[in-house]
Amino acid sequence: MNSSVATTHHGPASGLSRWLYTTNHKDIGTLYLWFSFVMFLTGGCMALLIRAELFQPGLQLIQPEFFNQMTTMHGLIMVFGAVMPAFVGLANWMIPMMVGAPDMALPRMNNWSFWILPFAFSMMLSTLFMEGGAPNFGWTFYAPLSTTYAPPSVTFFIFAVHMMGISSIMGAINIIATILNLRAPGMNMMKLPLFVWTWLITAFLLIAVMPVLAGVVTMMLMDIHFGTSFFNAAGGGDPVLFQHVFWFFGHPEVYIMILPAFGIVSEIIPTFARKKLFGYPSMVYATASIAFLSFIVWAHHMFTVGMPLVGEVFFMFATMLIAVPTGVKVFNWVATMFRGSLTFETPMLFALAFVVLFTIGGFSGLMLAIAPADFQYHDTYFVVAHFHYVLVPGAVFAIMAGAYYWLPKWCGNYYSETMGKVHFWCSFIGVNITFFPMHFIGLAGMPRRIPDYALQFADFNAVATVGAFIFGFSQLIFLYNVLHCIRKGRKASDEVWEGSHGLEWTLPSPAPYHSFSEAPQIK
Amino acid sequence: MSTQTYYVPEQSRWPILASTALFLMAFGAGSLINSLSADTGGATGLLMLLAGTLGMGLIMLGWFSNVINESDKGLYSPQMDRSFRWGMSWFIFSEIMFFAAFFGTLFYIRNLSVPWLGGEGEKGVSNMLWHGFTAEWPLMSTPDQQAFPGPQGVIDPWHIPLLNTILLISSSFTVTLAHKALKLGKRSRVVLWLAVTVGLGIVFLYFQAYEYAEAYNELGLTLNAGVYGATFFILTGFHGLHVTLGTLMLIIIWLRVMKGHFSTEKHFGFEAVVWYWHFVDVVWVGLFLFVYIL
Ligand SMILES: [Cu+2]
Repeated sequence: MNSSVATTHHGPASGLSRWLYTTNHKDIGTLYLWFSFVMFLTGGCMALLIRAELFQPGLQLIQPEFFNQMTTMHGLIMVFGAVMPAFVGLANWMIPMMVGAPDMALPRMNNWSFWILPFAFSMMLSTLFMEGGAPNFGWTFYAPLSTTYAPPSVTFFIFAVHMMGISSIMGAINIIATILNLRAPGMNMMKLPLFVWTWLITAFLLIAVMPVLAGVVTMMLMDIHFGTSFFNAAGGGDPVLFQHVFWFFGHPEVYIMILPAFGIVSEIIPTFARKKLFGYPSMVYATASIAFLSFIVWAHHMFTVGMPLVGEVFFMFATMLIAVPTGVKVFNWVATMFRGSLTFETPMLFALAFVVLFTIGGFSGLMLAIAPADFQYHDTYFVVAHFHYVLVPGAVFAIMAGAYYWLPKWCGNYYSETMGKVHFWCSFIGVNITFFPMHFIGLAGMPRRIPDYALQFADFNAVATVGAFIFGFSQLIFLYNVLHCIRKGRKASDEVWEGSHGLEWTLPSPAPYHSFSEAPQIK
Repeated sequence: MSTQTYYVPEQSRWPILASTALFLMAFGAGSLINSLSADTGGATGLLMLLAGTLGMGLIMLGWFSNVINESDKGLYSPQMDRSFRWGMSWFIFSEIMFFAAFFGTLFYIRNLSVPWLGGEGEKGVSNMLWHGFTAEWPLMSTPDQQAFPGPQGVIDPWHIPLLNTILLISSSFTVTLAHKALKLGKRSRVVLWLAVTVGLGIVFLYFQAYEYAEAYNELGLTLNAGVYGATFFILTGFHGLHVTLGTLMLIIIWLRVMKGHFSTEKHFGFEAVVWYWHFVDVVWVGLFLFVYIL
């Protein structure tokens, strides 16, 4: 029998059918990435609307009801629509090439995982036009705001979450099966590129916690429509139970959004430092420890809600423990650069900014982990500053870094380095102007999720809004740069970067439609 | 070596169709539930839900028959088989976590929040909300008896639930016997043991329905009966749905065996259903213990 059954002879189909019916990991990766970018802009517009309203104290542009819908939708769209699909897109593109596989393990299911998303988000966005408006209870949808006091559209929100969950679980199963089963001969676990390792662990987290999210929204649905009292103390339930179940999902979820970012940065820094990654095994164990700890820290989001003292103390110390493996990672990245021959192409700039700014976000997280201090910080802009530091210059910068790093491999052309650097500096400056002042207004007591504020917060809010617009509009440079790169960038070599390492760089640029029909041998 | 024959399917229409069907199901269910709650008909929602469900059923038939055809043509290597095995194992793990959320809910309610509401323990101050409320489990009288009238009685574990336990555990044995017989190539015995398994599944479901009717009509144990009813029905209800799905899957492999599908060595579709059935069985043991007995 011919060695590469049905895999060598066909290229992409033409027209729309290529994208609708595809089973190709690169096509599906591309779909995920574009989808996530569209969602990024959508959620970004909502963020700009929020910032515009907060430019000055008092109510100017939008009504408080709509402001609430915007904060809710912005959060949901960025988490489930922008960041997560972007990482899945990168996984789709890169994991088969990195482990020497012909494609993902279950290619048709791969297509299904993607195509559920546009339907789920159309449903979610359609709630904006429904009677009573879109969900307005924050992306954490705490009961009873999301049950007793929710708009009718909450039902559609619940089903949209179910669809996203199905998509994520299938995507994660595919990634695990690919990594465990489709590695090229000789590619043993401790030779896996770190991006693959971090995704393996992320996929495990997804399969473990997305069903819990499905469980919690199902209980909401039952409380709202079928007379149960899970989250209603009048029937013997407890609204705090909602928070426990939600955050049992929610905390691992934040690692789902950061572990692949760790992986990307661990690929990029060695390339541009022209050195091997320092402490590979410790990186793997640190990732695994972070994943393990993520299951026993959830109630650090609930210090002020009412928990027995042992609970407060346990969750405080368990949370602070996470700083140890995270510190190992930051140390390793820095040690990788130590005495390397560094160059600062755009991916490296984003990766460096990631290391510095993510660490700032990590430190403010450590501050929030201290239960007595958290009583002061809780639900203030300090929290907003913290999680935006880990998610924007954390997760989003890593995605940008990865996109620039692999773009030449994907489309065979280099992006424009000048434009890349402009994009980087605008983003870097914009992000810090937006989120750094939030630390101060948060510590001074400005509550989050409120469309108006006291006069003493006016200056920093105005500054933050200016920063947000700088950051937001500079993403258009990125869009232009990508389009330019696809159409007519300078031809890229196969290895693309001087210091690149790994199987994906042994393939031609652009990577052929089917990468490894014959498995490569790894020594 | 082995990756060389890894089968990557051609383009397929099933996934996008399945996404559309899933959307119809979700949007239809949402509209239906909303209009039922608001008392405004709900015919469009119902129609969408039915169309989506029917479509999804047909799509799954088509999709799986594609897979079966490819398998029959010998396109699947042992490596492909391992991918399916990983896929099914992790799917079952995700199902376990789904149930874990509800078991966790039950434990939290029973051991923490209900005692607190009754004034016990460190957070006993919540008793201020409902003076005179006493914690007990099963929770026979809720803090607000008007809104959530507590049940008059609960299901006795030593009648129907015990019988159902015996039924499901035996069905795990019979399905294993069917699997053993398939490996030995004794096909008529496979058909017999599968039929017995399906029968046990259906009898289980019958008793479960009987128990629900009793709970609603005689015991006042309803979804609205406070948090005992809520946890009782969500755990047993989702388990019942999984038994229904498992029984359907068993019927399908039963029909496939009669059509001559599955060989003595290659029969992952069969094994996947057996795994699923064991999973449903194990969850039941947890239910019997924590929902009914304790
Ligand atoms: Cu957390």
